[in-house]
Amino acid sequence: MALLTMEGVTQRFGGLTAVDALDFTIEAGSIVAMIGPNGAGKSTAFNLITGIYTPSAGRIAFAGTDITGWATSRIAALGIARTFQNIRLFGFMSAIDNVLTGEHARLHANLVDSLLHTPRQRAEEGAARERALAMLAFVGLEDAVESYARNLAYGVQRRLEIGRALASEPKLLLLDEPAAGMNPSEKRDLVALIRKIRDRGITVFLIEHDMALVMEISERITVLDHGEKIAEGDPAQVRSDPKVIEAYLGSPA
Amino acid sequence: MDVFFQQLINGLSLGGIYALIALGYTMVYGIIELINFAHGDVYTLGTFFSLAILTLLGVDSVVHGPALIGVLAVTILGAMILCGLTGVIIERLAYRRLRNAPKLAPLITAIGMSFILENLMLYWRGPSPVPFPQVIPNPQFALGAVTIQAKQIIVVLLAVVLMVVLQTFVYNTRLGKAMRATAQDKDAAQLMGIDINTTIALTFLIGSALAGAAGFVSGMYYGSTWFFNGFGAGLKAFTAAVLGGIGNLAGAMLGGFLIGLIEAMTTQFISDQWSNVVVFSVLVLVLIFRPSGLLGESLPNKV
Repeated sequence: MALLTMEGVTQRFGGLTAVDALDFTIEAGSIVAMIGPNGAGKSTAFNLITGIYTPSAGRIAFAGTDITGWATSRIAALGIARTFQNIRLFGFMSAIDNVLTGEHARLHANLVDSLLHTPRQRAEEGAARERALAMLAFVGLEDAVESYARNLAYGVQRRLEIGRALASEPKLLLLDEPAAGMNPSEKRDLVALIRKIRDRGITVFLIEHDMALVMEISERITVLDHGEKIAEGDPAQVRSDPKVIEAYLGSPA
Repeated sequence: MDVFFQQLINGLSLGGIYALIALGYTMVYGIIELINFAHGDVYTLGTFFSLAILTLLGVDSVVHGPALIGVLAVTILGAMILCGLTGVIIERLAYRRLRNAPKLAPLITAIGMSFILENLMLYWRGPSPVPFPQVIPNPQFALGAVTIQAKQIIVVLLAVVLMVVLQTFVYNTRLGKAMRATAQDKDAAQLMGIDINTTIALTFLIGSALAGAAGFVSGMYYGSTWFFNGFGAGLKAFTAAVLGGIGNLAGAMLGGFLIGLIEAMTTQFISDQWSNVVVFSVLVLVLIFRPSGLLGESLPNKV
């Protein structure tokens, strides 16, 4: 079943077409990747899916609902979470508060509950804290619960950001260059973590420059160049596609 | 020495009012980096709203017993709600559309909102000071030569209680976390499913409600107000917020009490006319040595 469908999605910035008539489908329960040279439009595609940009043309559907033009917070509440290429944690909040913020859309305490500390609010907050602790353990941060996000090591921040995204219990998780800046051992942990996430029934869609990692983990790969899809398929197909080789290495003179 | 302790009490009560107003400045600055110049006028509106509620209740003299608690609760909550809504309307009308505009634009509309509110109040209650009825019995307690009035205790108590509620709200609740997240990174907050428009409106609601509480307290404490009252008090409270470290809740509280104390002491030991000079000299000195204010470095408290 298709979880996410993009049909003819186009994004123009002035005269520049960053994404051009992109048709793209993600099957539920899969791990898929989008690759392409710098400036190919990968991050723009993420920003379109999460509603940061509204497409100039085309439509985007998620779990059977047309989300084209929806507000970012509504899309997030519907079940799409993401991480950022340049980590965007709430640096001046503790690790657990970052995760709790990720749960925001799933909790219900309103202003009156929150000001008066009603039993309902306390019960909810307590349960949320339990779940947040479990999430921190899942991403391997059980020893850094109360540390400020900004004080954590880089690779740890990446995992915390994934934990924060998962806290919203998304159906689809978007990872924007999750391995950037990681050393080989951190990358191995990341691969294991991504598989664990998929085993929880969450579909994973990643943008990544590390080809070894992409080829190892992805079931399907889509290749973008200059905003257009130039290839699609499983790792073996994409690896041997002449158009992909040309996009990465340049055409023979 | 008695005089010193007497002024300590006076300064703390005065500071409690500044602190309540300063919280609103600091919360709004924390979340959208705007100096809400209309905030001092929301505080004056709080006094006028309280007055209107008391008039509606038909209360114009001292009330005793359980009736007093009822009158106080209705008046304070009423003033807080009305001021809170005023703050939300101001944000909607004058600031929201300018959120991504250059910083100077909302600053100017803030000054404009301040003039509009002042003139609405001038139209509503005229240019002269308006008396505020004495509704609270005001027994005085003597500690040696120092006199403490019941209303001074109420001011400080109310300020501290509201501060504790606010602190708990911001740090331990879902909506408080949404406010801190929005203050730190609006895009990332939205991706967590946080509606930042609602969150910013909520910040104005709470900050302005605190100004409403301060407005009631000020009417009770001084026994009168006038339409232009918020200009001076707002400036002092803003100074308090900067002194404590703008964006920082505890800092606003600390700054408010400090400025109240400095003002009271200067009035006693130097001269009434020098109080502003001393207050602002202290501000200049603090900012030279600690540009981010007294508690400003611990940015984690930013709302």
